[in-house]
Amino acid sequence: MREIALHLLDIVQNSVTAGAAHVDIRFDLGDDGMLTMSVKDDGKGMSPELLERVRSPFVTTRTTRKVGLGIPLLQQNAMLSGGDVQLESTEGVGTLIQARFNTASIDCLPVGDLAETLATIIMGSPDKPEFSLTCTGPNGEASFSTEEVRAVLGDEVSLAEPEVVQWIRQSLQEEIEPILGGIMR
Amino acid sequence: MKSLAELEAIRKATLNRINLRTENDEEATRVVVGMATCGIAAGARPVMLSFMDEISKRQLKNVTVSQTGCIGMCRLEPMVDVIVPGKEKVTYVHVKPEMVPRIVAEHIVNGRPVAEYTIGAAENE
Repeated sequence: MREIALHLLDIVQNSVTAGAAHVDIRFDLGDDGMLTMSVKDDGKGMSPELLERVRSPFVTTRTTRKVGLGIPLLQQNAMLSGGDVQLESTEGVGTLIQARFNTASIDCLPVGDLAETLATIIMGSPDKPEFSLTCTGPNGEASFSTEEVRAVLGDEVSLAEPEVVQWIRQSLQEEIEPILGGIMR
Repeated sequence: MKSLAELEAIRKATLNRINLRTENDEEATRVVVGMATCGIAAGARPVMLSFMDEISKRQLKNVTVSQTGCIGMCRLEPMVDVIVPGKEKVTYVHVKPEMVPRIVAEHIVNGRPVAEYTIGAAENE
């Protein structure tokens, strides 16, 4: 993975598969250059046993193969920059994954095209769950939610319509750039 | 956020198009992009959005773009299936955004799969 945003695209799929109704994504950039990416869902959660083993590449919930690299690759890249990955999960309640990156490190990945990632996520699951994105940093805050978009579009127009996806992507780009612009490329 | 008024205009335009689509009642052509860890790492995200852009640019009414997981041929990712109703499924491999306009024009619009990008061509190399 060459961008933090690509890791996001990958691990959000776990929340969707867990049957979440809401997925809240955050990017918080501190004054000290530490960037925290959080994904919080209200999906089915993980048992303490699974939670303990889930960082291993040889643990996966799918049945077609015995490897799952999503979380291990995210953890590797977070740790390469001097950060880490924290996981909290309760069965029946949901999961919170937080990856911290030290953006001052030369080994830190760029945030990448977060707008394109969000557009892709929404296109992949246009009906459920509801996604929200909040970005905070020294320059301020930006937020977006599919609930707001759905309120305007009504029931008949899907969020996966090409024009809607384009609108989401463009508006996100304008919103996020001033907050995380310095660490996106 | 970019103006919600603009989104409202998009809603109206899209509603008209949806009505046209249901009147025609033809089965849609499906584009399916592999979007598991392997696909994403190989560059599936821009490929998927290129399909969306191209379809919207050409105002194609009866084409849907969707995502799928890993189908076990990670070395050939990004992979894209194009399923035209009544025809055999065509699988494109190592797809790059630059290849998308040709796939849309030749295969989806004109019905001739781009042989050199398919899994058959890749496996014969």
